[in-house]
Amino acid sequence: MTTVETGRVTTGAPPSGAVGASARRPDGGPKVRGEFSFSGDLWSDGMVWGATLRSPHASARIRAIDVSAALAIPGVITVVTADDVPGSKFYGLEHRDQPVFAWELVRYAGEPVAAVAADHPETARRALAAIEVDYELTEPVLDPEVALAGEPLHPDGNVFRELWVRKGDPDVRGEFVVEGTYELGMQDQAFMGPEAGLASPADDGGIDLVVSTQWLHNDRDQIAECLALAPEKVRLTLGGVGGAFGAREDVSLQIHASLLASVTGRPVKMVYSREESFLGHVHRHPGRLWMRHSADRDGKIVSYEARIVLDGGAYRSSSYHVVANAACFSAGPYNTPNAVVVGFGVRTNNPPCGAMRGFGAVQVCFAHEAQMDRLADAIGMDRIELRILNAMAPGDTLLTGQIITGALPVADVIRATAALPMPPAASSDPMARPGGAGRTTDATDVVRATGFAVGFKNLMYAEGYDDDSHAACRIEGGVVTITCAAAEVGQGFVTLCQQFGREILGVDDVVVAPADTSIGSAGSTSASRQTMMSGGAVEKACRLVRAQIVEQVAASSGADPDHLAFAEGRVVSVEGPVAVAVDLAELTAEHPYEAMARHQHRTTYPLDADGQGDAHVSMACAAHRAVVDVDPELGLVRVVQLATAQDVGKVLNPTAALGQIEGGIAQGVGLATMEEIILVDGKPRNPSFTDYLIPTALDMPEVAVEWIEVPEPDAPFGAKGIGEPPVISSTPAVVAAIRAATGRPLVRVPVRPTDIVGLTS
Amino acid sequence: MDVTLPTTVDEAVSARADAPDAVLLAGGTDLMVAVNAGWLNPTAVIALRSVAELGQWRVDGDQLVVGAGVTYERMLREGLAASSPGLADAARTVGSPQIRSAGTIGGNLGTASPAGDTLPVLVALGAMVELAGPDGRRSLPMQEFTTGPKRTALAPGEMITAVRVPVASGPQQYRKVGVRNAMVIAVASVAVVLDGDRRSVGVGLGSVGPVPLAAPEAAVFAADAVDWSAGGPVLHEVDAAVRFGELVAAASSPIDDHRSSAAYRRLAIGVLAERCLRTACAPAVGEDAA
Repeated sequence: MTTVETGRVTTGAPPSGAVGASARRPDGGPKVRGEFSFSGDLWSDGMVWGATLRSPHASARIRAIDVSAALAIPGVITVVTADDVPGSKFYGLEHRDQPVFAWELVRYAGEPVAAVAADHPETARRALAAIEVDYELTEPVLDPEVALAGEPLHPDGNVFRELWVRKGDPDVRGEFVVEGTYELGMQDQAFMGPEAGLASPADDGGIDLVVSTQWLHNDRDQIAECLALAPEKVRLTLGGVGGAFGAREDVSLQIHASLLASVTGRPVKMVYSREESFLGHVHRHPGRLWMRHSADRDGKIVSYEARIVLDGGAYRSSSYHVVANAACFSAGPYNTPNAVVVGFGVRTNNPPCGAMRGFGAVQVCFAHEAQMDRLADAIGMDRIELRILNAMAPGDTLLTGQIITGALPVADVIRATAALPMPPAASSDPMARPGGAGRTTDATDVVRATGFAVGFKNLMYAEGYDDDSHAACRIEGGVVTITCAAAEVGQGFVTLCQQFGREILGVDDVVVAPADTSIGSAGSTSASRQTMMSGGAVEKACRLVRAQIVEQVAASSGADPDHLAFAEGRVVSVEGPVAVAVDLAELTAEHPYEAMARHQHRTTYPLDADGQGDAHVSMACAAHRAVVDVDPELGLVRVVQLATAQDVGKVLNPTAALGQIEGGIAQGVGLATMEEIILVDGKPRNPSFTDYLIPTALDMPEVAVEWIEVPEPDAPFGAKGIGEPPVISSTPAVVAAIRAATGRPLVRVPVRPTDIVGLTS
Repeated sequence: MDVTLPTTVDEAVSARADAPDAVLLAGGTDLMVAVNAGWLNPTAVIALRSVAELGQWRVDGDQLVVGAGVTYERMLREGLAASSPGLADAARTVGSPQIRSAGTIGGNLGTASPAGDTLPVLVALGAMVELAGPDGRRSLPMQEFTTGPKRTALAPGEMITAVRVPVASGPQQYRKVGVRNAMVIAVASVAVVLDGDRRSVGVGLGSVGPVPLAAPEAAVFAADAVDWSAGGPVLHEVDAAVRFGELVAAASSPIDDHRSSAAYRRLAIGVLAERCLRTACAPAVGEDAA
């Protein structure tokens, strides 16, 4: 960092808004004050309201759809069904296997069948009720094992992916063998801002759509295909997003709203209710995982076998790649010389599952960390020592045979986590005990215990995907404008853009333009990739602009370009004979400088028939230590503290990084203790925040954090994406602690009070 | 939509007579959920916030009269919490600060959910529910007021004006199990009230039956198990709390649903009851004592 004094520069404190500082997020104040405009707040003169009719049945044949009664309701403008879809009748994030509207079969409860546009939301609701769909009910297939062997539920079959990963000798075994079967319920992303968007017909016959999403360009392409429009006639702008966590990767209302706008010729607003939101987006895959590990007397892992079955629900979404992550990272960040793993992603009549923070690594981490504890116990070894002994490091190989070339300080995160201070002894506040505000539990009813877990996953897309991101930087009148289509979903990318602009160009005023499809794709806000991919593009664009200015200032002043620095709105010389102090606002007042940049990561390759190949770009790891208070008699839990050391590459913004870690821990605690979509006959039984419970402030533990900063090669400022590791190993750490407090096996999450008291049927 | 803003109970009653289909709006924490979810589509609303009588509470001799419009937040403050610590404990378990500032005891009664948090306390206190209707005013014992899940003995055109309970003369406890530590619907809840003046014990159970239940056998057992003469209620024998829990569990009739199982609810209600009596009768060692 530098500060400027009289045209010369001395080392000093970092500028408050630059890289490494806790720069304030531009959307923070408005969000806290309730002034931020979310996509649900969109409004347009003359707009009408769209609404979706969904199947109440998990499996049925559609005999007929009669919309006449709905059309007869005053205020109803149109009703559309599959017959009205002018282009492709299918869409899908990676593979187009999902009908825009079902017309012959419905394959899950909540599948869209029709949509209406009306003058008022209430009119639209009545119109939905007036649409008559004649269903012939069929028996839903709800068990993935049944679906694996059963009749196809879709022309594409029931197996989204069967991936084998074989490494080393399949027959060798160590002296100590442990095995277990583990299950995870269906977690929801539970973002606060429901799906919402406003689609407007354009004069050129195209559509302008403002919407909450994670990936504008992918949405655009799917809409264009279904509406039979050229992609450039579908223009998307990011609306204010109230959280995403993977649930906005797939299209929800985008095609329906655009179609209604196209048919009615009027702007159409759609907003999901909370219940519809639960029906209208994908969830985390529930899973059933069998694992068997063996190790020698010293604790070295010798062999590993696993069978992983993930329920993908009715349509593919991202199941294909979730299976890859689950299988590739299923042994955890431990050196595993011999392995045979099979992962299945299976189609059923359950709600579709797809991306959620952690993306396959969450499911396997819950299982492999329980296995590590069992293995250490079988050998009679300290659980943390066993993990350190087997910890991967650069130069080691993944299950896929890929050699780790970037940073991966697994042993460091384990040691640092274990060294973090323990929480204070039990509070005298009864609300801080298990049961919280219910005051169920007296001090003498509490057992405290600790659990430990380690997890890792890849960063960015994999298996040969040609990923890129685009960004533009422009400086005019001393104000920098960054343009990038990366979706800000709350993670803080807009703050990062400002920090990069300030750091590289030495100005305070950095404006981030609205994200839209007028520039090239930035890819998805997922896979912990935006800091590295779009951050990389923004960094490049800013450096290109900087180089142009350096060239200009050097030429006009005679200074050596290497002697020039940018700070406090000026270009100054830091050494050499020529004193330079050029004001950037003046320099760029009449002659703006601008540049575009594209960033790509290094090439990856597909996995072969044995699951071998250099399929992944970068890795990140974290460890979690959970301290829990348990009331064993009532089966209630209060997570007291989560301590974590995380491999972050470089902290770009401490406050934002802490936010990611606390948020990820909240979701991990939620999966460990309460979060599950309960399905009865394939239908979500609890699609509301009354019954789909997520942690409150009284459920959220104290968080103790240590950053492990080992710069990642080829990443902007050495920073890794940090959004996912906090949610991966926090869940198994909490469950390990509950096991330690109760002595129960607890092989399923979420752990319910009935599991702890031993009343689970 | 027609909205009426009465300022007196009489005006509210006559407004209901004029518009029999009108819904009553107090805190709106149940009503607006139903409206937003599309379960209810009211054409007329009688908003009760301006009815001064409903928003008041007073001590009437050894009785406490709490207006139907008193919010959960107010039950935690003023002299109300001192006069009825059980109601205060129950009110604290309701929702978030925003919900507690809006929701009312009358609304809790009117909704009559088996999980309504103040209802087990009112059962344990032997509350009288005061009503006003076209035929004048009357009052009903709490247990006659709730007739089924979300069903009450309110006659057409009738409304709740207040509840009348004894001013506390001994420890009161309310404990509630949910699946998370705050903002949660009760899976099982227990109120235990020790009445030193009358040397009696009241018990109320939530979420373990179609209506909030009493446990008369357990209550009589506890009254006999307590030594009322000492410097506060203490148990003759500590093990009596365990037996009390068993009797309370036996008085419950829970069901399986998506929130929990009948077996767990029966277990939980017994454990909670045992702890309530244990703590209520051991103020010197129980750090939670009010």
